Amino acid sequence: MAMLHIVNKSPFERVAFDSCLAHASAGDAILMIEDAVVGAVAGSSFSGKVKAAMADKSVYVLGPDLAARGLEGKAMEGVTIVDYAGFVDLTANNDTTQSWL
Amino acid sequence: MSTKNFLFVNRKAPYGTVYALESLEVVLISAAFEQNVSLAFIDDGVYQITKGQNSKGIGMKNFSPTYRALGDYDITKLYVSTESLAERGLTVDDLMELTYEDADDDYAEKPSIILVNREEMAAMMAEQEVILSF
Amino acid sequence: MALEVGGKSIALDEEGYLENLSDWTPEVAEALANAEDVTLTSEHWEILNFLREYYEEYQIAPAVRVLTKAVGKRLGADKGNSKYLYSLFPYGPGKQACKYAGLPKPTGCV
Repeated sequence: MAMLHIVNKSPFERVAFDSCLAHASAGDAILMIEDAVVGAVAGSSFSGKVKAAMADKSVYVLGPDLAARGLEGKAMEGVTIVDYAGFVDLTANNDTTQSWL
Repeated sequence: MSTKNFLFVNRKAPYGTVYALESLEVVLISAAFEQNVSLAFIDDGVYQITKGQNSKGIGMKNFSPTYRALGDYDITKLYVSTESLAERGLTVDDLMELTYEDADDDYAEKPSIILVNREEMAAMMAEQEVILSF
Repeated sequence: MALEVGGKSIALDEEGYLENLSDWTPEVAEALANAEDVTLTSEHWEILNFLREYYEEYQIAPAVRVLTKAVGKRLGADKGNSKYLYSLFPYGPGKQACKYAGLPKPTGCV
């Protein structure tokens, strides 16, 4: 039972992203959207936690939100950039979806 | 009208919430009333002035070019937290080049961004008369 | 509110500014001015073009003080003063000129 976790809050401002990572299971997918996309940037103080999650989970980031914040091309290796169609595919390909608001 | 030292503290990323845009609008209004306005970018606020913002994909107006007009409004001091940049894997090279023309120096173009550490930021805050946080 | 220009209906807000900035054409500017009994001259157009360029670059309509200073720098001190700008746009260079230029009302406009 794979679950898609959608997180939309900056990890530097709220604990939602941390909580999401703490509750996601192996085989789950994590998608960063809106202000959470800042968590995808390489070399930040949060990047280690995302990297650790990648050991047994797949991690995605919504490209248009990354571009809006001037962060296109700064996503760390191993994070898959998706567009809105990719977002839909993720929700369709996982059994359940949980939004970490 | 008396002139006061105003500081706008920006701590949120743009687009995800409306704080950044609201702050910018109030900044422009207060500058139109000829107040002495400075801006601080701390925490996620540093994302407001990253270069290369392209919001076409999310269907929202890219308001980052407006920060480049701040010099015209005589807003020439934009304090940016070095710790906040570093924590986010960013450097000053990831920020827009924001400048103003110095009327007292034959309109020479000068940088508006002032990189400061926490201690310097706190000292700068202590000198303000009105602080508005967004 | 709406304005008829060349057989097309242009939506305006309650203060007469364009609802959709993309509706703007020089003909729309002429019609907006004519509706207020103003005939646009080359002097008006100099300011309107300047405003449109400013908006294109910075995504805002400049405050009057900023407009005055910027016009002075670009077009000379004889035009960069409120007396000259008010002679062209007696309802206020910010409000009136921005309206004809198809810009939003300036932020902080009083």
